Amino acid sequence: MATLEFRTALREAMSEEMERDDDIFLIGEEVAEYDGAYKVSEGMLDRFGHDRVIDSPISELGFAGLGIGAAMNGLRPIVEFMTFNFSFVAFDQVINNAPNMRYMSGGQFEVPIVFRGPNGAAGQLGATHSNSTEALYSNIPGLKVVSPSVPDDGKGLLKTAIRDDDPVVFLESELMYGMKREVSEESDYTIPIGSARVAREGSDVTIVAHSKSYHIAMDAAEALGEQGYEAEVIDPRTIKPLDIETIVESVVKTNRLVVIDESTPFTSVASEITHQVQDRAFDYLDAPILRVTPPDTPAPYAPNLMDAYMPGVDETVDKCLRVLYAE
Amino acid sequence: MADDTSGPDPNSGSNGSLNGGADLPEGFPHASQLKQAGITSLADLHDLESLEDLAGIGPAYARDIQNALEESDVGAPAAEAANGASPEAATTEKRPSPLSEEESEAPVGGAATQQTTDIPEGPLEETVTYETYPADTYGHEEIGFADEEVLDLLRNMLLQRRFENRCRQMYQRQKISGFLHLYIGQEAVSTGSVNAIDLGEDSVITAYRDHGMGLAMGITPEEGMAELFGKEAGCSSGKGGSMHFFDAEKKMMGGHAIVGAHLPLGAGLAFAHKYRGDDNVCLCFFGDGAMHQGAFREACNLAGIYELPIVFVCENNQYAMGTAVDRAFSKPDLFKHGYNFDFPASLASGMDVFSVNKAVQDHVENYARNDQPSLLEVRTYRYQGHSITDPAEYRGEGELDQRQSQDAINRLQDYILERDLATEADMEGIDEAVKQRVKDAIDAANEASFPDEEAIYDDIYTQDDYPFIA
Repeated sequence: MATLEFRTALREAMSEEMERDDDIFLIGEEVAEYDGAYKVSEGMLDRFGHDRVIDSPISELGFAGLGIGAAMNGLRPIVEFMTFNFSFVAFDQVINNAPNMRYMSGGQFEVPIVFRGPNGAAGQLGATHSNSTEALYSNIPGLKVVSPSVPDDGKGLLKTAIRDDDPVVFLESELMYGMKREVSEESDYTIPIGSARVAREGSDVTIVAHSKSYHIAMDAAEALGEQGYEAEVIDPRTIKPLDIETIVESVVKTNRLVVIDESTPFTSVASEITHQVQDRAFDYLDAPILRVTPPDTPAPYAPNLMDAYMPGVDETVDKCLRVLYAE
Repeated sequence: MADDTSGPDPNSGSNGSLNGGADLPEGFPHASQLKQAGITSLADLHDLESLEDLAGIGPAYARDIQNALEESDVGAPAAEAANGASPEAATTEKRPSPLSEEESEAPVGGAATQQTTDIPEGPLEETVTYETYPADTYGHEEIGFADEEVLDLLRNMLLQRRFENRCRQMYQRQKISGFLHLYIGQEAVSTGSVNAIDLGEDSVITAYRDHGMGLAMGITPEEGMAELFGKEAGCSSGKGGSMHFFDAEKKMMGGHAIVGAHLPLGAGLAFAHKYRGDDNVCLCFFGDGAMHQGAFREACNLAGIYELPIVFVCENNQYAMGTAVDRAFSKPDLFKHGYNFDFPASLASGMDVFSVNKAVQDHVENYARNDQPSLLEVRTYRYQGHSITDPAEYRGEGELDQRQSQDAINRLQDYILERDLATEADMEGIDEAVKQRVKDAIDAANEASFPDEEAIYDDIYTQDDYPFIA
């Protein structure tokens, strides 16, 4: 195992795939000369040249669509959004063109493309720069949505996403790019899309959480452990397809579920998990499923408001204690 | 090339010659046509007695090629010669801006700005030229068509018209549902354009008024009608409908139904051609209404900075739904919008198939195959409403009759008679055969099966048993 920053793990994934397949290229704002707005693509211009690491002007609709057209014509683009807040400018391309092309052409065209970049709030950036997009994109048939929480998953899943013949929305996190963790040094390390990871075993309550929220879940599990409750933590890693079997298996064991999700609560990822679990494991539940999400408001700026807005460890512990009837 | 120890493939054209003269220089005019005719090097060209004897090389091409050949003989770069020699060249050069420093002190490397803040004395003036392709200007031989090919053009345009007349009827009989946008009146644009490209290699993408383009590219009337009927045998397996005709084999990259959204896709198709170095181009068709979308600007700008092999073809049929073009544009001469991207830009009549063909030939050969994007406005007119339910009451009095008097099919029929290429009876026979073909397509579509209900889950993802589909 090597200890790598998240950004380095992602860069290794892209670089290894680009070495393997000449049809892969990277396009986005500041990915080349600037070395990446968050340095994910640092050094890739020198390594692969201007033909394959391509700076785009501030033109998300244009370069997202260009990527889709290139994919229809045989290439495998990686499209970087500087943040997924800006993917809304390209919404039509991402939700109407990429995922529908295969279907409405009767299977004649594939769109093997990865849209990647940081997703979710990243501090006091205000409402326009703090969107969590996983619930929006997961609502679209034809898209796959991946959202890793640790560098090792980031590398293995990004390599798989790049090889996937369907459009993949790959959600990273600004706040996690500098996180250093162990990453497999296995050559050609891939992780299948659609498989959850049981990150911590426990028998009292299940906590499901992805991306940054996963780390909240792990901290909450530690705190619960100090109170004598063993939480099982599941990181779905992929939002769509969702590995519901692994989640249900855990709920059958613990009979209690708390879902942390950075999406705002109405029609969120947490809503969907809640629905699927009650559908499949209603008789196993000993308590209502609770969610830890931001309030149904835009993201604020003031530090105290932002603290209140984001899902946190204390709130997660509280909700776990509630489903454990331990308050 | 000569030190390639792997050994050139003698059949592969461009790597075939070691001595006998260089390969055709990059940017040599009409190189793809020459390659198809077996000409892969300057030496091959010198050996020819007459350029015009080559299949697919008309007199206009021959002139371009001859000029380029002469220029290359005295050592001038062929690409410049080709542009300079073409009498049709519009604004081919990037205009130098007086606001850019020619010799910047900024570090060389391409990433630093070359632009100055020292503002020169004004006013600044510049001259721009736009080529035009009026109707009744070109004869078929000079743009490379043999006599019998003119009848093929007529047959193809008639097929589109008869097919769509029947679509109208089938909609009224409730065989066709959904939106139905008819192309009637615009057939010269599809037929003229498709006959100017390397069909199946060059890619074509268009908007939702796509039946005509599909038929021109070789989607059969059976496949087209079956699609409109929602049948599994349709060109999109009954999953696309009127606005989403696709044919991967012909590189018909779709009818696209969100206005303007396919222009960036066109840029991407062209990007892939260039990335692979396959010498093919993308023709990207869109209506006048699409030019209002930001996608137009973004696609053009990206095509410009990445020097993509694409021709943006605006089919200006005068109305975006019910809004007349001059009501909606602050600059209604749409070809002039190419100026904003330093594109060669020109204006062609869409009521003469030869004018369209010549314009697209020039845009493809002079520009797109040299990685220079361009804009072609084709002025045309749709005889029907925006969609089948639109009575088109926004038209001016007598407007439709006046426009129909310039009908492209009638014009071609007149030309054929005038040039003695066929008799009235011959053309009648062609029309009858086309009508019968369309009738047969309707019968086949009637008898064809709808997709199995299970097909609703097919082709969402590559893996057909994807876990969340149920």
